[in-house]
Amino acid sequence: MSETVAQTEAAFQVGRVRQFVDKEIRPYTSEFDKEQLIPETLIKKLANKGYLAGNFPKAYGGLGLGPLDYGRLTEEIGRVSPAVRSVLTVHCSLVGESLLRWGSIEQKEKFLPKMASGDTLAAFALSEPSIGSDARNVVTSYTKADKGYLINGKKKWITMGARADLLLVIASCEDQVSAFLVDSNTEGISRSQIMDLMAGRAAYTGEIEFDNVFVPESHLLGNEGGGFAYIVNTALDHGRYSIAWAGLAVAQEALHAMVKYARKRKQFGTGIYNHQLVQEMISNAVVNVEAGRALCTKAAALRAEQHEDATIQTTIAKQFASKIANSVANDALQVHGANGFSTEFIVEQLYREAKVFEVIEGSTQILQQVIARHGLTRFHK
Amino acid sequence: MNQKEQVRQFIESNLIVFEDEADLKDDDNIFQLGYVNSLFAMKLLNYIESEFNVKIETDEMDIKNFSSVNNIIALLDRKLGVTE
Repeated sequence: MSETVAQTEAAFQVGRVRQFVDKEIRPYTSEFDKEQLIPETLIKKLANKGYLAGNFPKAYGGLGLGPLDYGRLTEEIGRVSPAVRSVLTVHCSLVGESLLRWGSIEQKEKFLPKMASGDTLAAFALSEPSIGSDARNVVTSYTKADKGYLINGKKKWITMGARADLLLVIASCEDQVSAFLVDSNTEGISRSQIMDLMAGRAAYTGEIEFDNVFVPESHLLGNEGGGFAYIVNTALDHGRYSIAWAGLAVAQEALHAMVKYARKRKQFGTGIYNHQLVQEMISNAVVNVEAGRALCTKAAALRAEQHEDATIQTTIAKQFASKIANSVANDALQVHGANGFSTEFIVEQLYREAKVFEVIEGSTQILQQVIARHGLTRFHK
Repeated sequence: MNQKEQVRQFIESNLIVFEDEADLKDDDNIFQLGYVNSLFAMKLLNYIESEFNVKIETDEMDIKNFSSVNNIIALLDRKLGVTE
C-alpha cells in the first residue's frame, strides 16, 4: 500500500471511529459520569465494532491495528469519555498485550476471543492499599496448592476492577513475583466499586479482596518469578503508551472546547479571542498539542519497528502528554470562566480527568527519574 | 565483534550509572548492582530475540538467565546449540 493510500485509509478509519463516538458516547458521557457506570449495551457495541480488541491479531477476533492506529483509536474514544477509554487501556493494553506477549497458546485461545467479543472484560490488578509505584513489593501473596495456587490479599484502585470478568493479578511468594489469570467469580473474591472519585467515575475503579482464592496451574501467566520483570513491565509499557494517547486526547478536546468558546464569548464589546492573554493560552495549547502528537506518533513508529528505544520514547510521550492534558484543560477552563465549572461544558470533566494521567502507569515524578537517567547516560558525549 | 562483546556493548550503552561508577565484569549481576533499571529486563529480552534471532521460551524467562554477560552468553549457547 502506498503511503498516500495508507494515510487515506487511516483517515477513513479515524472518521468511522469518530462517527461512532459522536453518536454512541459523546451525548451520554456526563450521564455515565453521574451514574458511575458504562452501560452494558455500549460495551457490546464497542465489541461489535472490534474496539475491545483493536490491537489484537485478527486470528483472535481483533482488528489487527498497528501501534499508530491503535493510538488513534484510543485518542478518539478518550476525547469524549476517559472512562470508556480506560476500558481499552486495561482490557486491550495492560491485559491483552501481556497475554499476547507471555500467554501460552492455550491461554491465548481461551481468553483472547472472549475478550474480543466483550464476553470477558479484563482488568489489571497490581496496586494495593500500601503499594503504588513500588510494584516489586506487592503484599498480596500466593502459595502453592494441589494443582494450583492460593492467593490472599487486597488490591485497590483497580480500573474496571469492580466490573471485570478476568483479573490479571500480581502476587508474591517470598522473593518471587508472579502473575495469575483469575476469574473474578472465583470463590473467595469480594470486590466493590470506589465511588465519587474525582476522575474515572464510570470506570468501575475497585477494591478487590482475595481470601484463599484458588487459581489452577494453567492460569499462571509466564513463569513463576517473572511477574515483575516481564509481565508488569510489559503491561505498564503498553499502559503508558495508551495513557500517552489518552493525555493527548484530553488536550486535543480541551483545545477544541477552548477555541469554540473563545470565538463565541464576547466581553468588553468584542470576542474574547481578541484579547492577547486569551490568545496566549490558545497559542500554548496549539503548540503543546502538536508537540504531544509528534511524541506519540514517534513512539508509535518505534513500537511498530520494535526499536530498542520504543520504551523510553513511550515514557517520554506519556510524561509530556499527561502534563499537557493538565495544562491545556486548565487553560480551557480558564477561558470558560465560571461556565467552566458547569457540567454543561465538557471542560469541567476534562479538567477533573486530566490529573489522573500524571498518577497512573508511572507517576510524573517516577517517569522524570527514568527520563533523566536516560538523558544522563545517552547525551554525555 | 563476537557475541559476548555485542551483549556487553549493549548493556554498557544502557547503564543508568556513569562509567566511573561501574566497572562491568562478565559475572556482575547487572540488576542487583543497580547498573540498569527494571525496564531494561524487557529491553534486553527484545534485543536478544531480535539481534540473535532466537525465541526465548516462557520457561527460560528467568531473570537469572539475563542477569550477567556470562549468563546471557550461556543462554544463547544453549539456544543456538553451541557445544564447548
